[in-house]
Amino acid sequence: MALTNPVTTARANPGSRGQAWVTKPMLVTLVLLGTFPYWGPRVGLYSYLGVEVVIWMIYGLGFNLLLGYTGLPSFGHGAFFGVGAYAYGLCYLGVTPSPLLALLSAGLAGGLAAGMVGCFIAHRRGIYFALMTIACGQVFWFVSMKWRSVTGGEDGLLNVHRAVLGIGPIKASLRDNTALFYFVVALLAVSLVFLWRLVHSPFGKALQAIRMNETRAKFVGYNVWLTKWAVFAISGAFAGISGGLLAMAQESAYPEVMSVHGSGFIVMATLIGGGMVSFWGPVIGALVFIVARDLLGTLTETWLLWYGLLFMAVVLFQPEGIAGAWQSAAKFFRRRAKNSANESAAAGVRGELPREARDGSV
Amino acid sequence: MALFEAHHLSKRFGDRIVLEDITLQFERGQLSGIMGPNGAGKSTCFNVLTGHFPPDRGKVILDGEDITGLSPRQIAQKGIARSFQTINLFDEFTALENVLLALPRVRSLGFNMIRDVAGDPSTVARALAVLEQVGLGARADLRASSLSYGDRRALEIAVALAAHPRVLFLDEPTQGMGADGRNRLRELISQLKLYFTIVMIEHDMEFLFSLADKVSVIHWGQVIAQGTPEELQRDSWVRRSTLGVSQHA
Repeated sequence: MALTNPVTTARANPGSRGQAWVTKPMLVTLVLLGTFPYWGPRVGLYSYLGVEVVIWMIYGLGFNLLLGYTGLPSFGHGAFFGVGAYAYGLCYLGVTPSPLLALLSAGLAGGLAAGMVGCFIAHRRGIYFALMTIACGQVFWFVSMKWRSVTGGEDGLLNVHRAVLGIGPIKASLRDNTALFYFVVALLAVSLVFLWRLVHSPFGKALQAIRMNETRAKFVGYNVWLTKWAVFAISGAFAGISGGLLAMAQESAYPEVMSVHGSGFIVMATLIGGGMVSFWGPVIGALVFIVARDLLGTLTETWLLWYGLLFMAVVLFQPEGIAGAWQSAAKFFRRRAKNSANESAAAGVRGELPREARDGSV
Repeated sequence: MALFEAHHLSKRFGDRIVLEDITLQFERGQLSGIMGPNGAGKSTCFNVLTGHFPPDRGKVILDGEDITGLSPRQIAQKGIARSFQTINLFDEFTALENVLLALPRVRSLGFNMIRDVAGDPSTVARALAVLEQVGLGARADLRASSLSYGDRRALEIAVALAAHPRVLFLDEPTQGMGADGRNRLRELISQLKLYFTIVMIEHDMEFLFSLADKVSVIHWGQVIAQGTPEELQRDSWVRRSTLGVSQHA
């Protein structure tokens, strides 16, 4: 074995193995969403439903940084979603009607709240981490219910009207659902590009390393506590922005989203979509969750029972979710195509006719 | 002065004393071995030296700097890398990604959220060179979990090498390996000796004695002997306590 010192030697330029900023699945998703106002109504869907789907996609993508990438199960994430919704409402009602500034405040509030919680729980993982997120989520929910002078208590904040979006000389009203839909799709596009870069960045790889082997990550020299804290805060900021968007869309902010089952929805949506194995899991999961809620909700008041059963079935029979099933199917077909190509090549070497010709089907 | 020194280290877990007044010195550019029977305290000694546990008493000195009680992360950043007795890798990452993450240049970008880890050809080239060093160049794109046992051992060493360590700690690198694997590993470590200061715990005496410049014997949590492999082989006390040689032999 010829030895070279790796510190002073590097292989001849192997070329970049990096990821593109914008990928094909990203483009397909954005094109499908961008054309939704044209094809959605034809299949029985409507613009406002699209708005909620996209908001939950952003929420799920941020949440999946924690669950899927870092392996930290947060069952109290609704707290940061709710904090974002209230921050948006309070900023709109008391500071400025600018949707962008109100959204910025929602993201900051969500990130700040998560950062505070993260200080207490970032040294934990597994069941202890999960339990502490539930406990912290309940604290936020309780405060939102009781601090009536600020949050409006059970009634929530009302009259958070959709405002006019102004970027320089460009003004656009978000009153119309279609306009709001395009606004949230634009935010989703920004979120997709940013998060795609993040998960392939040194920070994103450190998150995955911590999920796989926290001890090794420490011994390789990563600051595990700070990394976990930072991802919790970032994920909280995404939840805050999503909560702010929902407050804008619903023109109100309620404590309901901060409850335990409110927090559970994002966990179920992310897992059903396949967030544990794919970047796209939360996107698929948000679509399935909101559409299932809408379609099942029109059929029965007990839609959540059926959705819960679907969740149990997925956990039992396809724990890697819809994205996992897609990956397995793609792998199966690739292997079959490869085998068939190998068979044809071998037949060619032996001088045999292709199978179709032997069968007389050609 | 030795590159790495441990002075009067003691460690207890509850009422059990695991290390008692251990003093060790590892010279620059040498391969120093640590041996001893099961339960002698070798791995605890490694864990204390590499920051996994703080010592109850004593000091750990790296190149004149007191690093006692620093966290594993801080110790890794000082230039100490280690492998583990049970293989400790990022299993879902490829071999290349495992090494990339351990490169100081990638580690120093720890909170960069935009730059692509695999997007810099020179960084990838460096990681591939490390993999080639341990004979895994052709398997760079395979998942760590899909590698053979011997290759996983080699990858552990590659991850440790990627940090360009000032001291490389290897904890029983031959554990679970067959004769062929041991021979390949012997060849690899004998080459690494040319570039790195290495400290190795090893049960396989023949393997350790064939590579080490100096060996320390730990028994009952204490250093009972130190010397070259030849000196230790002649020491009847060492032979009885660690090699299983009877008193009448």
